[in-house]
Amino acid sequence: MENKNLKIQDLQVSISGKKILKGVSLSVKKGEVHAIMGPNGSGKSTLSYALMGHPSYKIENGSLTLNSEDINSLSPDERAKRGLFLAFQYPVTIPGVTVMNFLRNIYNKKIALTNGGKPVSIFQFNTLLKERMGLLKMEDAVAKRYVNEGFSGGEKKRLEILQLEILNPDIAVLDEPDSGLDIDALKIVSEGVNRAIEKGVGVIMITHYARILNYVKPNFVHVFIDGKVVKSGGPELAKELEEKGYDWLKG
Amino acid sequence: MTKGIAGIGEDYKYGFKTPEKYVFKSKKGLSKEVVEEISHLKGEPDWMRKFRLKSLEIFLKKPMPWWGGDLSDVNFDDIYYFIRPSDKQGRTWDEVPKEIRNTFDKLGIPEAERKFLAGVGAQYESEAVYHNLKEEWKKKGVIFLDTDTALKEYPDIFKEHFSTVVPPADNKFAALNSAVWSGGSFIYVPEGVHIEIPLQAYFRINAQNMGQFERSLIIAEPGSFVHYVEGCTAPIYSTNSLHTAVVEIIIKKGARLRYTTIQNWSKNVYNLVTKRAVAYEDATMEWVDGNLGSKVTMKYPAVFMHGKGAKADILSLTIAGKGQNQDVGGKVIHMAPHTSSNIVSKSISQNGGRSSYRGLVKVLKGAHGVKSNVKCDAMILDDKSRSDTYPYMDIDEKRVSIGHEATVSRVTDEQLFYLMNRGLSESEAAAMVVSGFIEPIVKELPMEYAVEMNRLIQLQMEGAVG
Ligand SMILES: Nc1ncnc2c1ncn2[C@@H]1O[C@H](COP(=O)(O)OP(=O)(O)OP(=O)(O)O)[C@@H](O)[C@H]1O
Ligand SMILES: [Mg+2]
Repeated sequence: MENKNLKIQDLQVSISGKKILKGVSLSVKKGEVHAIMGPNGSGKSTLSYALMGHPSYKIENGSLTLNSEDINSLSPDERAKRGLFLAFQYPVTIPGVTVMNFLRNIYNKKIALTNGGKPVSIFQFNTLLKERMGLLKMEDAVAKRYVNEGFSGGEKKRLEILQLEILNPDIAVLDEPDSGLDIDALKIVSEGVNRAIEKGVGVIMITHYARILNYVKPNFVHVFIDGKVVKSGGPELAKELEEKGYDWLKG
Repeated sequence: MTKGIAGIGEDYKYGFKTPEKYVFKSKKGLSKEVVEEISHLKGEPDWMRKFRLKSLEIFLKKPMPWWGGDLSDVNFDDIYYFIRPSDKQGRTWDEVPKEIRNTFDKLGIPEAERKFLAGVGAQYESEAVYHNLKEEWKKKGVIFLDTDTALKEYPDIFKEHFSTVVPPADNKFAALNSAVWSGGSFIYVPEGVHIEIPLQAYFRINAQNMGQFERSLIIAEPGSFVHYVEGCTAPIYSTNSLHTAVVEIIIKKGARLRYTTIQNWSKNVYNLVTKRAVAYEDATMEWVDGNLGSKVTMKYPAVFMHGKGAKADILSLTIAGKGQNQDVGGKVIHMAPHTSSNIVSKSISQNGGRSSYRGLVKVLKGAHGVKSNVKCDAMILDDKSRSDTYPYMDIDEKRVSIGHEATVSRVTDEQLFYLMNRGLSESEAAAMVVSGFIEPIVKELPMEYAVEMNRLIQLQMEGAVG
């Protein structure tokens, strides 16, 4: 496997003049799973947005490199082209655009990129889509609905994972893919994430609960408090946090 | 910044010459003599000549509309009111401005169609398709002709209906059209006949539908159905700056008619059109009206619901770019009980463009059980652009249900970020959000138009963003 990785070094980010990330360093290789856990408002989503190049998030200091390329000044779509992906904590609604059309569009963009390939036909894509949706136990009717419009929390999360599987990026940040899921859905979504990992995707998984980590086995767990990684360890750290909370780590 | 389709027309070379190859061309300006001459050259019956002359009088008396777009640049003395082109069209392909030709390329419009649109070809080369359809129509007794020919060949049906829906005195531009009209479509659908394939203005031999003063008349006999489609998403190049059409539609008991227009006039054109339908008992009228081009458009398709249970559907879609004022909407007049109407208007304003929804819902006394719903959605793509709504209501009956809803939206940063995160460029992302916005109307268009429409939005966004 190629040696693909994302390196975050001393990342400091502010929004509307307020400093949120205060020096984050993290290195993720393809195929690895890094869990990030931390209290509400500690800056986890900010990290994911900054990684993807959201224009409102200002990088004050530090560097971002993907496969040895500095991506700091690249637009979100350029980052996506180079293999980054974010599953949103709060996926965005696109009224009037069907899931089917949306996914075919982004899939064809991706194909054109990878092997200069020809776009797939509507028919071909729909066959592929049906199969992938089946794996995530999504109802066929979802394909004809508008992107995230009126979706339940669980449906939104599945649609994010569906995109992860369809786009098959190098590095994916999953921002709370487990929040709001019932027990069965958690398992289904986890299986989707695991399929992606088997294909070699490197994952940063932001979560509040150790539960998902029973299904998606992390190589590393990082504790995130007040804009920084304050402690890193193995899977056992997640259990410890679940028992003790964060207070013992707050400075 | 690259220029989108909306931008074409800004650079028209007005200086390029229209070759003087016309069989006949009236003097510039409007006078009794000019009107007489038009009627004479067409060999019209006396009643039509008189009708034209009377309309001219009305036109001269009527004031200009004070609302809507700015018409102060329209100079009635500087216009040719009648030009009969020679059999071989004068304009050559090389004379069509480069911007237009490029746009045709980008849209992938077939060669024959391009020439037609640009006014080069004498007619759209679809003879084979057209021939088969014509046979079918003939078998069913359907008449589909240009309006001048219809006046000659079907004088009785013509005279019975002509000008009964839009009288010359209706407004200044209806009067103008009545005085100098030429071309347009005439359609007659006999009782109970359903035509599944839409009738396209393209198919008409000697198509003069690009004319300035076209006049269309459609009669749907009881229980019939027809869908008429005119226009195209590609820009129509016109050296004529005034397009003043009148469309009259009569839908008899239980009949249904859909009239779809997609117009993309070049940006020198004032597009001032009176479109009106009369719907009798249980009849349904559907206007689908898309306006993409022109400098000023003023167009408010109307439905007069005369018979009980009649229905009106008006779907309006406009895009206003730089220097454009799209003043559009719809009018529904509920004259009988249990009539219902539904108006959906979607507008996109960008690059300094201005779009307005202007609509009227009128319910006469005694028209109980009326239902009416109006929904205007505006999307404004930047701070230079503008959108307004002028919804007028005139309700003289208590037992009615009237709804009105207006929204203004933008393409949000969050939407752009989400879509760009999936690999779309900024302009592709914006185009996707915009296509979603107009989807409820685009899905009502014939397939090929819907595809072209989305391609057009894509081109426009390339111009608008980044
Ligand atoms: N657009 C913004 N404007 C101002 N403050 C913001 C903005 N976005 C985030 N913040 C602030 O940044 C801090 C970090 O927010 P962030 O969403 O990154 O937290 P989080 O760790 O993801 O929390 P949660 O676990 O609740 O999802 C919060 O105090 C939040 O209010
Ligand atoms: Mg968060």
